[in-house]
Amino acid sequence: MPPSPQSGAETTLPSVTAVPGPRLAIRLDWLGIVPFMLFALLFLLLPTAFLMVGAFQDAQGHFTLAKLGLLLQGNVLDAYLISLEVSAASAIVGAIAGFALAWAVVHGGLPAWIRPSLLTFSGVAANFAGVPLAFAFLCTLGRTGLVTLLLQHYAGIDPYSTGFTLLSFHGLVLTYLYFQIPLMVLIVTPALEGLRKEWREASDSLGGTALHYWIHVALPVLAPSVLGASLLLFANAFGAVATAYALTGSSLNIVTILLYAQIRGDVLHDPNLGYALALGMIVITSLSSAGYLWLSARTQRRRS
Amino acid sequence: MAFLDIAHVGKTFGAASVVNDVNLAIEKGEFVTLLGPSGCGKTTLLRMIAGFESASSGSIHIDGHDVTLQRARQRRVGMVFQSYALFPTMTVADNIAYGLKIAREPKSAIAERVEQMMKLIRLSQHAQHYPWQLSGGQQQRVALARALASSPRLLLLDEPLSALDAKIRVALRDEIRALQRKLGITTLFVTHDQEEALSLSDRVVVMNEGRIEQVGTPFEIYNFPRTRFVASFVGTLNILNSRVLDEASGLVEVDGQTVTVARLRRSGHGERTLALRPEAVVLESPLAGRNSLMATIEEVNFLGSVVRLRARLQETVLSFDIFNDPGQTLPQRGSRVALGFSHDNLLELEAS
Repeated sequence: MPPSPQSGAETTLPSVTAVPGPRLAIRLDWLGIVPFMLFALLFLLLPTAFLMVGAFQDAQGHFTLAKLGLLLQGNVLDAYLISLEVSAASAIVGAIAGFALAWAVVHGGLPAWIRPSLLTFSGVAANFAGVPLAFAFLCTLGRTGLVTLLLQHYAGIDPYSTGFTLLSFHGLVLTYLYFQIPLMVLIVTPALEGLRKEWREASDSLGGTALHYWIHVALPVLAPSVLGASLLLFANAFGAVATAYALTGSSLNIVTILLYAQIRGDVLHDPNLGYALALGMIVITSLSSAGYLWLSARTQRRRS
Repeated sequence: MAFLDIAHVGKTFGAASVVNDVNLAIEKGEFVTLLGPSGCGKTTLLRMIAGFESASSGSIHIDGHDVTLQRARQRRVGMVFQSYALFPTMTVADNIAYGLKIAREPKSAIAERVEQMMKLIRLSQHAQHYPWQLSGGQQQRVALARALASSPRLLLLDEPLSALDAKIRVALRDEIRALQRKLGITTLFVTHDQEEALSLSDRVVVMNEGRIEQVGTPFEIYNFPRTRFVASFVGTLNILNSRVLDEASGLVEVDGQTVTVARLRRSGHGERTLALRPEAVVLESPLAGRNSLMATIEEVNFLGSVVRLRARLQETVLSFDIFNDPGQTLPQRGSRVALGFSHDNLLELEAS
């Protein structure tokens, strides 16, 4: 029997209705990340594009390289150098101390309860920054801080008599370490957990000493993670502003404070120099983050 | 003294005793397997021989030297791990060369040895690859080459095939055996897989709860298990509780029926535990000179080339296999059948 027009319509119907299903599903999937994309667009991409353009303009909106040229002169260059020094110092000290802490809890044979306690504390401390952190340090290590007074009264040590001040390069590095060390602990703990007992045993059975194992096996395995984490710590410190500003006000000339001075709207402000400063920071933090991502990818590949 | 001599070795972790008074002698060039379930102490024993764990008691001698207190790196023992344990930042060639470099062998000798080992495991073309670029089977072959490169006195393999899929497992199993024969290296292999143990070994050591249950050739272990544990762990086995009626003729009673045991181990009357392999049982009418038990079929499982049947006497349940034959009518569930087997097939197990 030849198919009737009606039966023909019935056979094509499923294929017609099947098409919108997957499309609808894809649309719904994308809908979930719309808030994030909007946020990223409004508060990251557009401002970045705006300041990148602004870095090449003068106050009248004309193209110029003068603002970028200022980055290599006088106090602006000094600000970059101090920022780089503070970031590098806090990243290096934070990386060493954080690695030692993580090593102690993962391979040090300490009681089992210490590890989750340290990781939980690190999770909190790594995010403790800004005005509260600066306030906490002023209350403890400030000239009349609790720890300073305890040291003076009970140990006979006055940190300030040695020239130490919290409102200085060393003070800022010390304060940054409060979040840098925990961040290092959080990042490097999984890498240390990835060091397999069998590698040590294989090295031993092949005649290797502890030194052989460290030089030839453990350090090459850990190096990308440790270096990558150090770069992340560096970028983390380099971009910090609230802690530094709340702690030192404008007494320490670091890039983020100098940048803030350009855009806050007082008589000395120069928004276009601010954009140029920000562009310089983007370049430095991007290089640092790219290094971190590249090293992380290498680590992941080896683990797979 | 044997090449590897383990005398009264024990290991305790706190209050837990993991290995108890183990005595084992392995001759040069032998391939011996430690077989047992998880937690039986086989890996701990292997790790004590490797030097990764210290023995709580007893002594271990390799080639006449007491190594009990020596560090792992002093023992000249090659080790292959279940998880390969290749160094991830080194290439295949560097992994194999690791032990030779540490021993400060001349560069030319190292290169020559590495090339020789890679040819042996047929991975020469992967010399500059990293472990993550190889399959599981290839990684384990590299681990084997790495362990063998320094010409160890003893090769230890800790469940080296467990992480591999079935097909590669069988192929690598044969490869390991062929390599061992070619090099003549004394080898101790740990596994919980009875098929692996039976197919690879010169001798099998069956372990349970930290003790050796039985040591013997695969043939002996499978056909003449001494204990109920060995009988049940190695292959499938029917256990029959019996009572001796006449010791001289080996006549015993099982669930109200009589059968004859060719060899009774112990003298005297009383209860005896007997074992019967499923492949020894056939469906047949009672015959003179053979044992016969009447049973009721409980289950018929068609598995393709074989059919597995389960039959009940009273308390005793027997499993047995028959080959598939399209011309044969299979017994139905509930039907009464006669099960025949020879007197020799009934094994008396040691009292537990």
